[in-house]
Amino acid sequence: MESLDPVTLARIQFAANISFHILFPTISIAMGWVLLYFKTRFDRSGDAAWLDAYGFWVKIFALTFALGVVSGITMSFQFGTNWPGYMQHVGNVAGPLLAYEVLTAFFLEATFLGVMLFGRSRVSNRVHTLATFLVAFGTTVSAFWIIALNSWMQTPAGVSVVGGKVHVVSWLAVIFNPSMPYRLTHMLLASGLTVAFLVAGVSAYRWLRGDRVASVNAALKTGVTLAAVLIPLQILVGDAHGLNTFHHQPAKLAAIEGVWHTERGAPLQLFALPDEATQSNRYALGIPKLASLIITHSSDGEIRGLNEFAGAHPPVAKVFWSFRVMVAVGMAMLLASWLTAWQLRRRGEPAPWQARLLVAMTFSGWLATLAGWYVTEIGRQPWLVTGILRTADAASSVGGGMILSTLLMYLALYVVLLASYVSVVFYLARKAGKPLAANLEGVTA
Amino acid sequence: MTAELVLPVIFAGLMAISLLAYVILDGYDLGVGVLLPLGSDEQRDTMIASIGPFWDANETWLVLGVGLLLVAFPMAHGIILGELYLPVALMLLGLILRGVAFDFRVKAQAHHQPAWNAAFAAGSLLAAVSQGVMLGRYLTGFAPGAAAWGFALLAGIGLTAGYVLLGAGWLIMKTEGELQQRAVRWAQRALLGTGLAVLLVSIATPLASARIAAKWFALPDFLLLLPLPLASLALFVLLAISLPRLAARQAAGNDNFCWLPFAATVGIVLLSFWGLAYSVFPEIVIGRLDIWQAASDAEALRVILAGAIVVLPCIAGYTVFAYRVFRGKARGLSYS
Ligand code: HDD
Ligand code: HEM
Ligand code: HEM
Repeated sequence: MESLDPVTLARIQFAANISFHILFPTISIAMGWVLLYFKTRFDRSGDAAWLDAYGFWVKIFALTFALGVVSGITMSFQFGTNWPGYMQHVGNVAGPLLAYEVLTAFFLEATFLGVMLFGRSRVSNRVHTLATFLVAFGTTVSAFWIIALNSWMQTPAGVSVVGGKVHVVSWLAVIFNPSMPYRLTHMLLASGLTVAFLVAGVSAYRWLRGDRVASVNAALKTGVTLAAVLIPLQILVGDAHGLNTFHHQPAKLAAIEGVWHTERGAPLQLFALPDEATQSNRYALGIPKLASLIITHSSDGEIRGLNEFAGAHPPVAKVFWSFRVMVAVGMAMLLASWLTAWQLRRRGEPAPWQARLLVAMTFSGWLATLAGWYVTEIGRQPWLVTGILRTADAASSVGGGMILSTLLMYLALYVVLLASYVSVVFYLARKAGKPLAANLEGVTA
Repeated sequence: MTAELVLPVIFAGLMAISLLAYVILDGYDLGVGVLLPLGSDEQRDTMIASIGPFWDANETWLVLGVGLLLVAFPMAHGIILGELYLPVALMLLGLILRGVAFDFRVKAQAHHQPAWNAAFAAGSLLAAVSQGVMLGRYLTGFAPGAAAWGFALLAGIGLTAGYVLLGAGWLIMKTEGELQQRAVRWAQRALLGTGLAVLLVSIATPLASARIAAKWFALPDFLLLLPLPLASLALFVLLAISLPRLAARQAAGNDNFCWLPFAATVGIVLLSFWGLAYSVFPEIVIGRLDIWQAASDAEALRVILAGAIVVLPCIAGYTVFAYRVFRGKARGLSYS
C-alpha cells in the first residue's frame, strides 16, 4: 500500500463510504419494483400468499432504505470535503446533475416512503399502490442521474474545456454520454440480480427450515425466475459494456484483460498475477486468442496494451482481479439460477443442495456489484474525469490525522451495521416462520 | 441587474429556506429522539410512531441545503465543511445511528432492542449538539481559541434545547393522555433552557463578532431590527403562560389549541433564523467570502434554477399530502 498521506486517506475514506452506501441502493432500487409486483399480484388475484410476501419483504425494504438514506447523507457531505477541485473544474456539469437528483428523486422517494410503509390503513388501496410505484420510480430516477454523472466522468461528452474548466455545450450529450446507456442498464440489472438472489436465498433458508407456506414458495419462485431471466441479459450487456470501454477507455480495458503490450490475437487470461515492476503477467493461464475474439470479434484483432499509456494507466492487478470476481459471480449466478429454475419447473420445489446453494449466494449480488464498481472506478485512474481532470489535482488538504480518525470511526460503525443488517434479515426470516404469536401481533414498525 | 448579481442572492435564499425547513422539520424529530429515554416503554412506541412516516423526508432538506451549498457555492462548501470536519463527522455518526436504530429497534432480536433504543436517543442527541456546535463555529468565522469554542458549545446546548422544545411541542400536538401531559412538562423545562440559550447567544454573538455587532447596532438598522427580539420575547412569554393552562385543560379533556406550543416554537425559530441570516448576509464564510465571490458560474445556476422552479412547488404539494395522510393523533405504526 502507498504511504498514508492525506490524499490517499481521503480516497480510502471516500471509497469506504461509497462502497458501504451502494450496498443498500442496489437492494432498494429493484426491491421497490419487486414489492410493487407482489402487491399488484395480490390486487389482481386476491391470493393472500402475495400479500404475505409483501408483508415480509416490506420490512426488509424499510430497513435497507433507512441504511441507504443515512449512508447517502454521508456521501453528500463528502463531495466537497474530499476533493474541492472537483466542483471547481467540472461544477458546471456535476452541479446541475446532483441538484436534479435531489429535486426529482430524493424528495419523491423519501416522502412517499412514509405513505407506502405506514399508510396502508389510511389511504385507498389505489393510492397506496401509487405510493409504492412512486418510491420504486424515485429510486430508479435517482440511479439515472447519479449514473449519468458517473458515466460522464468516465466518458465525458457535450462540453468544451476552457482554462481547465468545463462548459456545457449540449446537455443531451452530457447526460447520454457514450457509456451511460451501458452503465445504467448494467447497474439496474445488477440491482435486479442482487434482489433476486436475496429473495431466493432468504426464501430458500425458510424453506430449508421447514417453513414452506405458499408465500415462501411464491417468493422463492419469483426470486429464482427473476435471476434466471436477468443473468443472461446481464452477461450480454456486460459484453457490450466491455466493447464500449474498449473504444472509449482503452487503458482500462487493457488492465481488465491484463494486456501489457499491444498485441494481436490476445489470450483471455483466466488466471495471472499482473506485475507492474516487470510489466508482465506471472503464472498466466489463458485461452489463446479469446480476448481478441470477444473484444474485437476477430481472433487476431488488435488490443492496445498498457505500454501505450505509460504513466497514465490504472493499477493493473486491482482492476484485473475485480473484473474476474465480478464475472465469476456472474457465472455462478447463471449456473445456480438455471439449475434451480429447471428443477422448480419440473418438481415444483428445489433440491436441498440447490436450496443450500441459494442460501450461500444470498448476498452474492453485493460481491459482484462492488467488484464491478471497483473495475469501473479504479480503472478510470489516474483520471477523475477522463482526459479532463486528474484525481490528484482535485484532492483536498484536510489534515491526515483527522481523516484517519474519522475513517476508523466509519469503518467500525460499518462493520457493526453490516453485521446487524445481515443478522436481522435472517432473524426476520426465522421469526416469520414461527406462525403463532409473532405473526398475530401484526407487523409493527 | 445581471445574472451574476442576482443568481447568487436567489440561491442563498433557496439554501436558507431549505436549511430553515430542515431545522424545523428534523428539529422536531431529533427533539423527540432526545426525549425518548424519558418515556415509558409503551410511550416510546407512540413517540416514535409520531415521527415514523416523516423523518426520512425531513432529513432530505439537509441533503438539499448541503447540496445547494455544494453546487451553488462550491468554494464555500469546501471551506465550511473542511473547517467543520469533526462536528460534521460526529453529526453524521449521530444521524446514521438514529436512522438505522429507528428500524432495528423493532426488527432486531428482543434482547438487542434496549441497545437500539439507546442508540436512537444518543444518535439524536449527538446530531443535535453537533449541529449547534457547527452553527456556533460558523458564526464566529471559525475563530480559534477557547472563547470561540465555548461559544460553539453554548450554541450546541442552545440548539439542542430548541429541538427538544420543538419535539415536545410536536408530541403535545400528536399525542394524548399521559404522554401529552408529560410532554407539556418537558416543554416547560425546554422552554427555560431555550430561553436562556437564546439570550446568551444573543449577547455573545455581537461580542464574538465585531462585524455582526457593527451591523446590528448601527442606527437605522437597530430600530428596524428591534421587532425581532421583541416578537421572540412575546412568543416566549406566550409559551410560558399557555403551557400550564394547556395542561390543565387537556387534563379535563379539552384538546383545543394543542398545536399552539409547536406553532409558537416555530415562530421563535423563524425569528431567530431571520436574525442570524441578517447577521451573516451577504457573507457566506464570515470574514472571508461573500456569496458573489463564492458562487458557481451563472451557466450552472440557471439550469438548476429552472428545475427548482418547476419541482419545488411539486415537493411542497406532496409534502402537504403526506402530512395530511398522517394528520391527527399518532397511532401505532403498522405496515398493514
Ligand atoms: C445506482 C444507484 C446509486 C448510486 C451510484 C448512488 N446512490 Fe445515493 N441513493 C440511491 C442510489 C444511488 C437511492 C436508491 O436513491 C437511495 C435512496 C434509498 C437507498 O437505499 O438508496 C440513495 C440515497 C442517497 C441519499 C439520501 C437521500 C434521501 O434523503 O432520501 C443521498 C444524499 C445520496 N444517496 C447521495 C449519493 C451520492 C453523493 C452518491 C455518489 C457519490 C450516491 N448517492 C451514489
Ligand atoms: C456506487 C458505487 C461506487 C463505488 C463502489 C465506487 C468506488 C470507488 C472507489 C473504490 C474509488 C477509489 C478509486 C481509487 O482511488 O483508486 C472511487 C473513486 C471515485 N469515485 Fe466512485 N464509486 C462508486 C460510484 C461513484 C459515483 C456515482 C460517483 C460520482 C457521481 C463517484 C465518484 C468518484 C470520484 C469523484 C472518485 C475519485 C476520488 C478518489 O479516487 O478517491 N463514484 N470510487
Ligand atoms: C458475467 C458477465 C459480466 C460482464 C462481461 C461484465 C462486464 C462489465 C464491464 C466491462 C464493466 C466495466 C465497464 C467500465 O467501467 O468501463 C462492468 C462494471 C460493472 N459490473 Fe459487470 N459484467 C458482468 C457481470 C456482472 C454481474 C453479475 C454484476 C452484478 C450482479 C455486475 C455488476 C457490475 C457493476 C455494478 C459495474 C459497475 C457499474 C458499471 O460500470 O455499470 N456485472 N461490468
